[in-house]
Amino acid sequence: MLVAPLAAGREASLRALLATMNVTPGTADPHNPIVPFAAIERLHYARLVLLDDALQVDLDMLGVPRPRLPTVLSFMGDCDGPAHEVLAELVQRAGEGLRSIFAHCEGFVADTDLLAWMQAHDRPIAASYVNWVGRTVRQIKEESALQRVLSATISRVAVNSGAQARALHAELRSFVNTEARAGRLVLTPDAPTPFMWRVAKLAHLLLVPLVGLLFLPILIVLSPLLIYLLRTRETTDPEICPRPQAKALGELQVLEDIDVSNQYTAIGAVKPGLFRRWLVSVLLVLINYACRHVFTCGFLARVQTIHFARWVFIDDKTRVIFTSNYDGSHQGYMDDFINKVAWGLNLVFSNGVGWPRTRWLILGGARIEQDFKRYQRRHQVPTQVWYKAYPGLSLHDLTRNQRIREGLENTQMSDAQTLAWLRLL
Amino acid sequence: MSAGTVELDDIQGLLRFGYKHQTQASFLLLQIKDREAARAWLASVPVTSAVTAVPSPDTALQLALSREGLQALGVADDIVNAFSPEFVSGLGSDASQSRRLGDVGASAPERWQWGAGQKVPHVLVMLYAQPGRLAAFQQAIEAQCANGFDTLVSLATSEMDGIEPFGFVDGISQPKLDWERTRAVRDQEQLAYSNLSCLGEYLLGYPNEYGGYTDRPLLDPQRDPQALLPRAEDLPAQADLGRNGSYLVLRQLRQDVPGFWQFVNAQAGGDAAARERLAAAMVGRTRQGEPVVASTQDINAFDYQADPHGMRCPLGAHVRRANPRNADLPSGEPGLVSWLKRTLGLDAQAREQDRVASTRFHRMLRRGRAYGAPVSIDRALSGAASSFDTGLHFICLGANLARQFEFVQSAWLASTRFDGLRNESDPLLGTREPAVDGSPTNEFSLPQPEGPAQRLSGLPQFVTVLGGAYFFLPGIRALRYLASARSQGSP
Ligand code: HEM
Repeated sequence: MLVAPLAAGREASLRALLATMNVTPGTADPHNPIVPFAAIERLHYARLVLLDDALQVDLDMLGVPRPRLPTVLSFMGDCDGPAHEVLAELVQRAGEGLRSIFAHCEGFVADTDLLAWMQAHDRPIAASYVNWVGRTVRQIKEESALQRVLSATISRVAVNSGAQARALHAELRSFVNTEARAGRLVLTPDAPTPFMWRVAKLAHLLLVPLVGLLFLPILIVLSPLLIYLLRTRETTDPEICPRPQAKALGELQVLEDIDVSNQYTAIGAVKPGLFRRWLVSVLLVLINYACRHVFTCGFLARVQTIHFARWVFIDDKTRVIFTSNYDGSHQGYMDDFINKVAWGLNLVFSNGVGWPRTRWLILGGARIEQDFKRYQRRHQVPTQVWYKAYPGLSLHDLTRNQRIREGLENTQMSDAQTLAWLRLL
Repeated sequence: MSAGTVELDDIQGLLRFGYKHQTQASFLLLQIKDREAARAWLASVPVTSAVTAVPSPDTALQLALSREGLQALGVADDIVNAFSPEFVSGLGSDASQSRRLGDVGASAPERWQWGAGQKVPHVLVMLYAQPGRLAAFQQAIEAQCANGFDTLVSLATSEMDGIEPFGFVDGISQPKLDWERTRAVRDQEQLAYSNLSCLGEYLLGYPNEYGGYTDRPLLDPQRDPQALLPRAEDLPAQADLGRNGSYLVLRQLRQDVPGFWQFVNAQAGGDAAARERLAAAMVGRTRQGEPVVASTQDINAFDYQADPHGMRCPLGAHVRRANPRNADLPSGEPGLVSWLKRTLGLDAQAREQDRVASTRFHRMLRRGRAYGAPVSIDRALSGAASSFDTGLHFICLGANLARQFEFVQSAWLASTRFDGLRNESDPLLGTREPAVDGSPTNEFSLPQPEGPAQRLSGLPQFVTVLGGAYFFLPGIRALRYLASARSQGSP
């Protein structure tokens, strides 16, 4: 994720420029001349967001000094394969447009080396979540085309026997083969996972618990102190959950519910003091670990509607940015947060200034429905430009289409499996 | 006031009764033309309370105010703005909201007969009367109102014996309110669907399903020196203007009865039995009210757990969308391990059943009434669409507009992805406008045990929104307070 402070007095013109990239407020034209996102084949999602320091007023309530922070531009994307390759491709295909955007940032001049500048402003991601690790944009598009063709082709008659189901399956297989030979359908085989990527993943899998083990004795010894520190803070930290301004709310809502998916960007200050700073850092390492090794195929705990999410520290870990791409309405998303994963939200966000009161790090907090809803809306920031490579498709669609393809290619299915497969269509 | 009490005499009767004996009803939408006269009338108008009356009263009057109405009365801005944001911004004035609720195309607010632009009602007066009593009652009330108000619209209703215009028994399913306050006031996971619902889901000032108190205007007691208002249960130092009140949604929904039956008939190939089956599948109940998912003694005691794929009751059926009857967590083996696995999302089978939000946070009390002349199926099948003007004055009550009405309308009924469906929205209510990516929304799928789902396409729009507004249905003391000069003062 790229983060760069704006040059003084350039914000209005940047906002105007970003607005030209959209078809409707907030939704990017995939072929806009500035950054033609659709030309980057491996890009799932991208967004450009301006982040100011308005919420830092909350620090006044804590009685700690409030550093004035410049408004920053953030540019981020979710892509297949190594990020640096996609960055290079962006520079190659949208260099001019990107330069015109970044020219609004501090220190960017006419002869700045774009790629080097972008890399220099890249912030490490503290934790990231990918709904289905390894599912590429190309695969998504091909499988969606396959689903559409099969759904339109299949004869919707009752299937009375296993033999009939298998015959139907075979018929559809040969139909797809014909279509593929004629070039009307493409189903690219899965590329093998790069060796180095697997090694890195394995190393991460082992290393984090190992380090954890090393620190365990210290943690155990310190636990009474840590619990004391946590509980005293939890019972006294101020809650700051006023109602967001109607105008601000309206600016968020015009961007929403245009596609089946929506975007969410939020920012907040980490509670001052080393305790919270370390706690949130450790918890994000753990969450990142869980996302990389446990929640890799279709769900983040009970939530099955998040495509991508990430947490990033900025300003020397005094602020955190959270972004996500999710299916359904904002109300529904918040409903999931409260009713399905309040404990998970509390783990991280209760280290943010003003979060509704938690108990023992996971209880309360986001379960305090109205405080939480006001809090998250107040911390949400309008996303100026948002791109999705496959409008109209929800995660449920992606997973179903993937199953359709797997079933199509599987000639060893039982009768029951074949029937279940037919029902997917 | 101790926790646990419920002031039935301060609550408007509509929260407790559907006024079924009062088969006649009329809804007056008024605009204030003379503030003082309007306030004088509101200060004394007899409003029927929720106390049980024996025998059932001949007539009943209920009263609600819109945000514009509060402002026209001169209620102080800070009080008005302490109501919920949805109430403050109202219905039909914000394009984002219209998009969310599916008020687009033929149902767009620009086309409404009332409720948008200059035609926003200030006060809703709901008149209920036993057979034959309405005309005189309405005349008397209209005469009383004449000085203070202009009548924007007078919505007549018709007696259809509890059957809505498409021909289905309506008003069967309602949440059961916990009037005795037996539910513990705390935030606790519910592992089974229950029809018993916390008072605070419908009445402001009482604990809701999260064990919390929904936001509402709480006033400094100095603004209520005569203690006209109840004190807040959770913050006894504050006067609670919301207590015993509720939000009311009114939407005039025109139903194209010929369009509905002609479409269903064509799909059924003209076969009467198949036609009934299909219509029942779209609603989720037969015309007589039996749930299609299971035949039960009590036609409201069922859920969809045994029919996860919608083979018996399609996932997209109206009543299944409107109330999926699920619990907070998908069911599974007893024991802590299974609970933990389901809570962490590690149980694949449970995940399959976990696409729909927990129902208990999204209930509402429905109090709508049909209007227009009933159309029999035979006439519907032969008639032209435009020759009938009939439909539903949809009314629902709830303490949280965003989480109840708006959520159900947008995330469940209008959604094209409810429970993993695609290309379809509510079979009765959908606007059928294509999605932005061009994909259709005018289909309806009936999953089949043997083979691929049966898919109907080309559903026309059967229901059009003709008007709508959000109101606050105050407690009776709060109504008097709002009518008094006290509510006008700044803090
Ligand atoms: C003209 C439009 C509509 C028609 C013809 C209609 C018809 C029906 C019918 C026949 C039932 C079954 C009777 C019952 O269970 O009580 C029903 C139930 C229901 N409807 Fe509608 N309805 C309409 C609009 C709406 C709207 C706009 C909403 C909400 C936003 C809604 C929410 C519900 C709910 C919550 C139930 C009860 C479901 C349950 O608890 O099982 N309806 N409707």
